[in-house]
Amino acid sequence: MPQTVFAPWEDPDEKPLIRFQNVTKKFGDFTAIQSIDLDIYTREFFALLGPSGCGKTTLMRMLAGFETPTTGKILLGGEDIAATPPNKRPVNMMFQSYALFPHLSVWENVAFGLKREGREKDEIATRVADMMRLTRLDKFARRKPHQLSGGQRQRVALARSLAKAPKLLLLDEPLGALDKKLREETQFELMDIQEKTGTTFVIVTHDQEEAMTVASRVAVMDEGQLVQVATPDRIYEYPNSVYVADFIGDVNIIEGAASQSGDKVLVTWAEGASPLVATSTAMLTKDQHCYLAIRPEKITITAEEPETTNKVHGEIIDIGYLGNISTYHVKLPTGHMVKAQSTNTRRLSRRNFTWEDKVWLSWSDTAAVLLER
Amino acid sequence: MRRLILILVPYLWLLALFLVPFLIVVKISLSDVALARPPYFPQLDLSGGWAAIRDFVAELDFENFAFLASDDLYWKAYLSSLRIALISTLLTLLIGFPVAYGMASARPEWRPTLMMLVILPFWTSFLIRVYSWMGILSQNGLLNTFLLWTGVISEPLTIMNTEIAVYIGIVYTYLPFMILPIYATLEKLDGSLLEAAEDLGCSRTSAFWLVTVPLSKPGIIAGCFLVFIPAIGEFVIPSLLGGSDTLMIGKVLWEEFFNNRDWPVASAVAVVLLAILIIPIVLFQRNEQKNREAGQ
Repeated sequence: MPQTVFAPWEDPDEKPLIRFQNVTKKFGDFTAIQSIDLDIYTREFFALLGPSGCGKTTLMRMLAGFETPTTGKILLGGEDIAATPPNKRPVNMMFQSYALFPHLSVWENVAFGLKREGREKDEIATRVADMMRLTRLDKFARRKPHQLSGGQRQRVALARSLAKAPKLLLLDEPLGALDKKLREETQFELMDIQEKTGTTFVIVTHDQEEAMTVASRVAVMDEGQLVQVATPDRIYEYPNSVYVADFIGDVNIIEGAASQSGDKVLVTWAEGASPLVATSTAMLTKDQHCYLAIRPEKITITAEEPETTNKVHGEIIDIGYLGNISTYHVKLPTGHMVKAQSTNTRRLSRRNFTWEDKVWLSWSDTAAVLLER
Repeated sequence: MRRLILILVPYLWLLALFLVPFLIVVKISLSDVALARPPYFPQLDLSGGWAAIRDFVAELDFENFAFLASDDLYWKAYLSSLRIALISTLLTLLIGFPVAYGMASARPEWRPTLMMLVILPFWTSFLIRVYSWMGILSQNGLLNTFLLWTGVISEPLTIMNTEIAVYIGIVYTYLPFMILPIYATLEKLDGSLLEAAEDLGCSRTSAFWLVTVPLSKPGIIAGCFLVFIPAIGEFVIPSLLGGSDTLMIGKVLWEEFFNNRDWPVASAVAVVLLAILIIPIVLFQRNEQKNREAGQ
């Protein structure tokens, strides 16, 4: 049976659940969001990624209704929601601080939104029980929030925001307060719950790994603007700018001047060094200033000179040992520092390279990404 | 040993400054009035040995308490004090909560100033402030003059020497004790809780009743006790503003002591008042204890 790939953003007939139309948000003189256009589709797990102060939280708070756009429109299911107050929107939010009501038990916290809708008692009880099972909280129903661990509180917050079955669930740094191991487990739980409930999730995070893991698409933001919106693998493999390449994962950036020959681009990057080759569909003018972005794991380290066009010679200055992989910091005669990664398939005692070794670094013609900015 | 000393110090303090004076008051309340100095009998003479102590104890009786029960002036005064204290606590809460709420929602740089304004009246003598209320509330005082001038009333209002004047006095005097604890709880309130309530379908008003009020309950309870406990035994305000018709136990006590010079009955009044107050004080302590535990 052929598996259909979930990619509504590639289907021109698909109606987006949320549409930002030229949205700008100003706080006094400060522009938090600068004319953003963005579509988010039903059942997506959409991540807003960026450093603190980039406007991602403001964007989310506009969806929740706590902020209104200064100019532009936000459409939910085709309707402008600017005038709809937070309590009337089919949108729920999971707060960064969780914002659990300290005077209510876990059960009452989860039931809070349902009670406000004035639903039947039995209906509320069934729904709350479902949510508690979904988030594995059954045993803690009578506890108060302060009697729970961080991970349990996080699940209560999730259960509470899902209880009203919102069309859109907003998650503001939902895993920020958890330790690394728990965070990784919870990421998969979140994805699982998102799939089970079929709710559209928008998550705000500054953790690029988290965004890559959970999201169907990632929007990288900087200073109130969307720099790139794409699937995690495209963001990683085809960043559209040095900013994105640098923000997502580890990268070597080499500056140079381009000269095109067919679909291959030669980049002159240092006096006396042979030019580096990269493939690019972009048409560059002669001697245009450009950047080569090469991921460390795409660079091969050898002792012998390899038979490729892209090769540089240098000395190992530093080795970062991470267990599964090692990162080698290699200094070139031109002064460039290049990071290369290799998987530690062998035991450490039999490592091939060590400090001050002279090594060759090489990569294929397609490994590097050519960036104009 | 160190622990024992640490615990002993506050206990000795309480013993010397609270328990011993109280026992003296209890002893006087069991004595008989006498035209002497001090004006009660019997006196304890320790030089007489065991026999003297036995004679002394034999002389003590509960006559004064029986008298309090028999004369309806006293229990009426107690009831009226309770009523006045309850109503004025409620009024203080009704005025104090919005003030505290306003202070807590003010911009952070304004809060110290507002706090200062609440505390500022304490810098003048309490007695002088109550006297100045006499100037405001009297027949041709500031309030009446102003109201007559604006034409709201044609006859001066009689506020002075009524219970209303007592309420005004108590509310005015004890308002800071209500505002400060409520403000302390409201200021700590996490704003995201109100956003969460709104997000889950509450209007602003219902979020206030379902989140703000329950979470400020410790402050409300503390404030109410801090007003109620001193208000019930209040003496200065009813005697200066309330006139002769306002019956409050603090005033009765004062009159027993200084006008009638009946120390034993006055002491009995004080002992009963304390017994009445112990109930709210214990409740107050339990509330504080609970808050401390919840805070941990």
